[in-house]
Amino acid sequence: MASLSSAILGPRVPADELARHRVRYALPTLALTIARVLLLISIFLPYWRMTLEAPQYPNDLHVAAYVNRLVGDVQEIDGLNHYIGMRPLNEAAQLERSLSVYMIVALVLLVEGAGYLHTRWAALLTAPVILFPPFFLLDLYYWLSTFGQNLDPNAPLSNAIDPFTPPVLGVGEIGQFRTVAEPGPGLILASIASVVTIIALVLHRRAYKPLFDRMRAAGTA
Amino acid sequence: MVTPNTEYVIEGGQYATPLGWDWAPMDEYNRSYRGSVTLWKFDRDKGRIDESRSFALELPPYWQDLFDAGKLASEGFIFGNSFNTELATGGVESGAPPFEAGASARDNDYLHVIDLKKAEALFQAGRFERVKGFPVITLQTLIDEGVLYFIPEPKSPHGVDISPNGQYIVVSGKLDPHVTVYDIDKIKQAIADKNWSPDQFGVPVLDFDACMEAQIEVGLGPLHTQFDDKGYAYTSLFLEPAVARWTLGGEYGPLSAEPDWTLVGKVSVHYNVGHIAAAEGDTVSPDGKYLVSMNKWSIDRFFPTGPLLPQNFQLVDIDNVGDSLKLLYDMPIGIGEPHYAQIIKADKLQPWIVYPQVGWSPETQSVVPGAPKAGDERIVRNGNTVEIFMTLVRSHFTPEHVEIRQGDHVIWHLTNIERAQDATHGFAVPAYNINLSLEPGETQTIEFDADTDGAFTFYCSEFCSALHLEMMGYLMVEPSS
Repeated sequence: MASLSSAILGPRVPADELARHRVRYALPTLALTIARVLLLISIFLPYWRMTLEAPQYPNDLHVAAYVNRLVGDVQEIDGLNHYIGMRPLNEAAQLERSLSVYMIVALVLLVEGAGYLHTRWAALLTAPVILFPPFFLLDLYYWLSTFGQNLDPNAPLSNAIDPFTPPVLGVGEIGQFRTVAEPGPGLILASIASVVTIIALVLHRRAYKPLFDRMRAAGTA
Repeated sequence: MVTPNTEYVIEGGQYATPLGWDWAPMDEYNRSYRGSVTLWKFDRDKGRIDESRSFALELPPYWQDLFDAGKLASEGFIFGNSFNTELATGGVESGAPPFEAGASARDNDYLHVIDLKKAEALFQAGRFERVKGFPVITLQTLIDEGVLYFIPEPKSPHGVDISPNGQYIVVSGKLDPHVTVYDIDKIKQAIADKNWSPDQFGVPVLDFDACMEAQIEVGLGPLHTQFDDKGYAYTSLFLEPAVARWTLGGEYGPLSAEPDWTLVGKVSVHYNVGHIAAAEGDTVSPDGKYLVSMNKWSIDRFFPTGPLLPQNFQLVDIDNVGDSLKLLYDMPIGIGEPHYAQIIKADKLQPWIVYPQVGWSPETQSVVPGAPKAGDERIVRNGNTVEIFMTLVRSHFTPEHVEIRQGDHVIWHLTNIERAQDATHGFAVPAYNINLSLEPGETQTIEFDADTDGAFTFYCSEFCSALHLEMMGYLMVEPSS
């Protein structure tokens, strides 16, 4: 049992070693802390934004997706979408939005935990944070295509607008609208957190791999 | 007209009647008929007139016409014209002179000078009588308390306009080719000196020469005066028809190269000009540059449209000094010349884009309790009364079927639940002669008795969307057996 926990937790850093290479062991912890903070801040910022441009909307229509809610001209966009038979935006990703804040807090706790593991198991705990931004975009793609491909055939404009998948990022065109989808600051922060976490893993390996190798060598000797 | 911060809207009574629309024979005109001016208190927070804080002044039956409020040097006073100090009572059918002659017989009428601050204090002190419930300060109280003074003015004038600094009161003669300019300091001095003699109602008539600053011969039929930022005033000349530019004196004298109080130039306008509007031209800081001449007749200025012709707004360039007024542009307009139209800088306009909340009443400027909401549309029957709660959004009504019975009393609430700018919907039920227009967020209620049976249509009557024609429904009125 002790050997299993030490195989997961890895070696503790001897005091004299820590005193000699304080920076080496502080860097991965610092990087993981930065990733945690960025991720927490991202909860309060939009992850994704779409602008719909048309002549009769001189100020454009805007919708911003936070991890837990939609803000902007949702009512007006829903009003337009009903002509082509698209379901109201707030019916999309309801499960994801209801759980997202807890999930992100859980991700932050996993990263916190990863700081205590001085083995390659740390990579497992940080994997969800690293994969979170692409997961967000994949989920968004799923909902955009689900909504765009499943238009109500009884809608007024159903024979004028074919089913379509709006671009997750970039420029699209639907009817008289030009749509511009772009990542929001929340997603950018989460992506930076993802990269910082990868860097933290590299620093982590550089700090603890020699210790771990020494521990294993001592154990098998 | 309004006072400088829109504390009051000033409404001249125009024609004399017995106060409160009582009956009195015409031969009691001098004794029983009265003129008036009403001070409507304006509640700026609510954007509404507050009748409970409004009052009127009883005046001799001289036919009080236009008023203007003093500002800066003359703040606290209001000034109004009269045009029947002859006390003519007409009767052309009986051989008496018609009003047009009888009311124009004397050389002078009276400029009314009213101390509004004193009048307001009298009202607040309860020194008024009620006529049909409305507070009226009597003529005798106005005389006793030094609220009301007259000054002779050229006969039957129309406009009275105050210079931007409040110093000069400009009266346009209409039947006299002059504008007459009075100085507020001279008026105050004449009042202090008791330089007056009473008229037949006992109102002090101040000495004309003591109050007059200048008379300028501007042309035929002067009506209304506006101002610019270069020391010029502009007066519409109905008969010529033209707009005249003339110089002010006093502190404005040095602004223009021409001598004070002289005619500088004119521009012909087409035709029969009434009001004119210079950019912010009756404020304390006129903007100059442009003036719009609001002409009542257009005659040959546009394509012929039959006996009914548009009126004509003409844009005049007033930016250059001297005799340089230049007509720039004609614009036909289908309604009467708006009185006291204003030109203001566009950045002063900050209106709502849509009503602030859904369910809004423009009449009360607040949310209507129980206004129909999305998802809460319904039809409620209570005996013979049917209440309908309906919403409107591009491009449908909810509900689309309204089934009632002949003889029902119908109370129909409608909310336009749109939040997009300009997304106005209409609601027409031609069978019951109903047609509404509802702006985004607006709620209205209509009531009628469903006395005609039949299957009727209702529909949107403001082109709202590609599916506007489909925005309709049926009102089914089942015959009573």
